[in-house]
Amino acid sequence: MISIKNVSKWYGDFQVLTDCSTEVQKGEVVVVCGPSGSGKSTLIKCVNGLEGFQQGTITVDGISVGDPKTNLPKLRSRVGMVFQHFELFPHLTITENLALAQIKVLGRSKDAAIDKGLKLLDRVGLKAHAHKHPGQLSGGQQQRVAIARALAMDPIAMLFDEPTSALDPEMINEVLDVMVELAKEGMTMMCVTHEMGFARKVANRVIFMDRGQIIEDAKKDEFFGSPRSERAQAFLSKILAH
Amino acid sequence: MLHFSDLQGSLPGLWEGMKVTLQMLIMAVLGGMILGTLLALARLSHNKVLAALGGAYVTYFRSIPLLMVISWFYFAVPLIIGWVTGTNRPIGAFTSCLVAFTMFEAAYYAEIVRAGIQAISRGQMNAAYALGMTYGQTMRLVVLPQAFRKMTPLLLQQSIILFQDTSLVYAVGVLDFFNVAYSKGNITGELQQYILLAGAVYFVISFSASRLVKHLQKRMTV
Repeated sequence: MISIKNVSKWYGDFQVLTDCSTEVQKGEVVVVCGPSGSGKSTLIKCVNGLEGFQQGTITVDGISVGDPKTNLPKLRSRVGMVFQHFELFPHLTITENLALAQIKVLGRSKDAAIDKGLKLLDRVGLKAHAHKHPGQLSGGQQQRVAIARALAMDPIAMLFDEPTSALDPEMINEVLDVMVELAKEGMTMMCVTHEMGFARKVANRVIFMDRGQIIEDAKKDEFFGSPRSERAQAFLSKILAH
Repeated sequence: MLHFSDLQGSLPGLWEGMKVTLQMLIMAVLGGMILGTLLALARLSHNKVLAALGGAYVTYFRSIPLLMVISWFYFAVPLIIGWVTGTNRPIGAFTSCLVAFTMFEAAYYAEIVRAGIQAISRGQMNAAYALGMTYGQTMRLVVLPQAFRKMTPLLLQQSIILFQDTSLVYAVGVLDFFNVAYSKGNITGELQQYILLAGAVYFVISFSASRLVKHLQKRMTV
């Protein structure tokens, strides 16, 4: 579904990604972890072309992201993305947030879009908040709406960029619960996260990145059982110590 | 000293003048904001030529006096329109002034809108792009509505300044509120009175509008 081959990226002289290669198969859940500044957010943003890259290729469902001829808006409309800071549109109500892209990008009728949006809102347990504005919701609630907004586009895969990093501890679980459910339904997911509990529960594979390189790309049990690289061992011992 | 021989009789004329002033103001504000928004988008564009052109326009119009633009356009606009359309129809001072105000104010609106757009986080644009929106949709549906909300007080404040500046059309003979008041004063020999009256009217309108903007600002930041 998602194939990343030898991708390198520079900001001026500074190399943020070095020769990254990996694959995410259909229905697979892959967790990307690593210390901050390791390039994991940059890598996931390259997958739907929010960030460009200078070398290598990324294909999503057989379509090359880096090809200038690719219709990027069309490709992005088929790949859902959830951000660290939710990024709901603050000037619109929750219902409008859910319906906007369905109407303007997919060309759905207003009624169909609202209907679909409200169904998904119900699924993330927030139907009662449909008429509110994002600012009236807690962080965890906003992130659940953001997930519903991405799902409303019927995506073939979902990208999560540190979806719980900006949340208070008591709100993390309500977001992870939605993600676990999604994973169990067979959604193809690539998640940048430090939530190792989530990784243990649903991930098929775990990728560990450091200084722009993929250091480890292993099946979940192998990764948690005996990470091969010292760097990953040190990282795991730090975040699993408590 | 503040004695008017026939104020009552002057009122219809003054009202006609005020209508010209307000008409000019509203049309120039709308035109200026539209052109200003396009200029702001050009300045922020990744296209270097477009960005440079937008920047040059804004810098140029912010570096020359409005009175000069008005007088220059009074002579130039009929020539240019005649040249473009191939006809030789006179277009009148009102139209040439409207074009002058629109183009001049656009430079100021452009800077306000640019700051407004830059105040919207990159994440909002990314979220819109990630949903499959094009650049045009992202700007129109997500960024500009938020930017304008943030910038409304500044845009209104700039429009109040424009309201006062419309009196400069006096230079090319448009009968706006100030020019009418001035003429009435000349005819009746009560020039001081009429100028003071006009000043009072401009003050009351601008001051009230300004207070309204302040009030709006407070309500919107809460």
